[in-house]
Amino acid sequence: MSAIGWELPQWAERVAASLGDARYVNLGVGLPAKLPHYLASRSIMFHCENGIVGTGPAPDAGDEIPELIDASSNFVSLQPGGVVVPFEVSFSIIRGGHLDATVLGAYQVSAGGDLANWSIPGARIAGVGGAMDLAVGARRVIVMMHHTNRDGSPKIVDELTYPMTARGCVDVIVTNCAVIDVSPAGLIVRDVPEGMTIEELQGMTGAPLRLSVAGTRGR
Amino acid sequence: MTHLSGDIRSDTLAKPIVTAAEAVEGIADGSVVLVGGWGGVGVPHALLTALAATSVSELVVVTNNCGMGHRGDVGLLFEAGRVRKAITSFPIHPAGVEFRGALARDEVEVELVPQGTLVERMRAAGAGLGGFFTPTSAGTPLGEGKEERTIDGRLQVFETALHGDVALVHGHRADTYGNLRYRYAAGAFNSTMAMAANRVIVEVDEIASDPLDPEQVDTAGIFVDSLTVVGAP
Repeated sequence: MSAIGWELPQWAERVAASLGDARYVNLGVGLPAKLPHYLASRSIMFHCENGIVGTGPAPDAGDEIPELIDASSNFVSLQPGGVVVPFEVSFSIIRGGHLDATVLGAYQVSAGGDLANWSIPGARIAGVGGAMDLAVGARRVIVMMHHTNRDGSPKIVDELTYPMTARGCVDVIVTNCAVIDVSPAGLIVRDVPEGMTIEELQGMTGAPLRLSVAGTRGR
Repeated sequence: MTHLSGDIRSDTLAKPIVTAAEAVEGIADGSVVLVGGWGGVGVPHALLTALAATSVSELVVVTNNCGMGHRGDVGLLFEAGRVRKAITSFPIHPAGVEFRGALARDEVEVELVPQGTLVERMRAAGAGLGGFFTPTSAGTPLGEGKEERTIDGRLQVFETALHGDVALVHGHRADTYGNLRYRYAAGAFNSTMAMAANRVIVEVDEIASDPLDPEQVDTAGIFVDSLTVVGAP
């Protein structure tokens, strides 16, 4: 893990910027589930697979409604205007292209935007949940993941070695060390932390990176 | 309310109100059993507890989760050795020890299905469709061996309708006609499964003495075969 990467608040700020003006957003479990705290000032309806459109903050102890939970099994509230739709409608929202964006965690992303986030190689069994539906259905797929594995090996790779979730679905990768657009021209670096060089970043990355024409912030 | 007054026809249109044990009587070995709920919410605990106590075997269970360590969840069926196969989307949970035990003993086969595909396969069954094409899982290990077609420039796989012999459904409130309401997200999988099985067995927290508001019904009584009152959780 790089010591010079962004801490969560700065990292989350980059994810928020990548969301643009997205209004209806599904957040995956793990790292993306930490985002609402940093997006409190934004006008976003968070969608959950179970049919909630507009999850709000955790209720006070004693005010929990057992049937209002998120994908991490945490109690949630409904924000003003929030609704609960039938389950098959919830997946029509996902699969029918009605979500502006989803932010998903990942094991690997390839140079071509292939996503691996549901199973590890050789696993006898895994849970897939709504991962594949979100990856093919959301209008914009943003991956939020650490730049490397704990052993330093890259999570951004030429070709996936982990089981694929969906081909060519990722639009933006926001790691603790870079904001990278996945484009037909390749992986374009748009932002790096203060003090990091593109050479350092490339050294932690398993696929060729290019600098954005506008240059990067940082350094 | 626009209901006609009087209940002359209610004797024939009323759904049988039975105990959980009576509700699960006659489920045959090898049946495909749809089990409602998502993430531990909307799970038909009383019906699962009753089914686990029968001697039925070789069930094919369709369930989003395979047990989360909650009392009366689908883990009971794995623990009791009732299940031959699970068709499921998110089977692994740290507290789902009964399922993992059955898996370790090689007692249970698993068909892993993306969550949206799982619900849509049952929606198709309920709607009388043979199946559908979807880009979900195309090109992935879960799409292997499926018929493929490129539609609108996207690779898609064919998914077949998934019928149940029996559905176990948890609702919040019913009327005697079998019309149902769910609470918040507790309708997840329940409302779809209620349309996808030959025999739909429902447990509810309460049965109202008057018909439900006809504009506030989630599952209509036409889909329901029996009601069991379990009381509020």
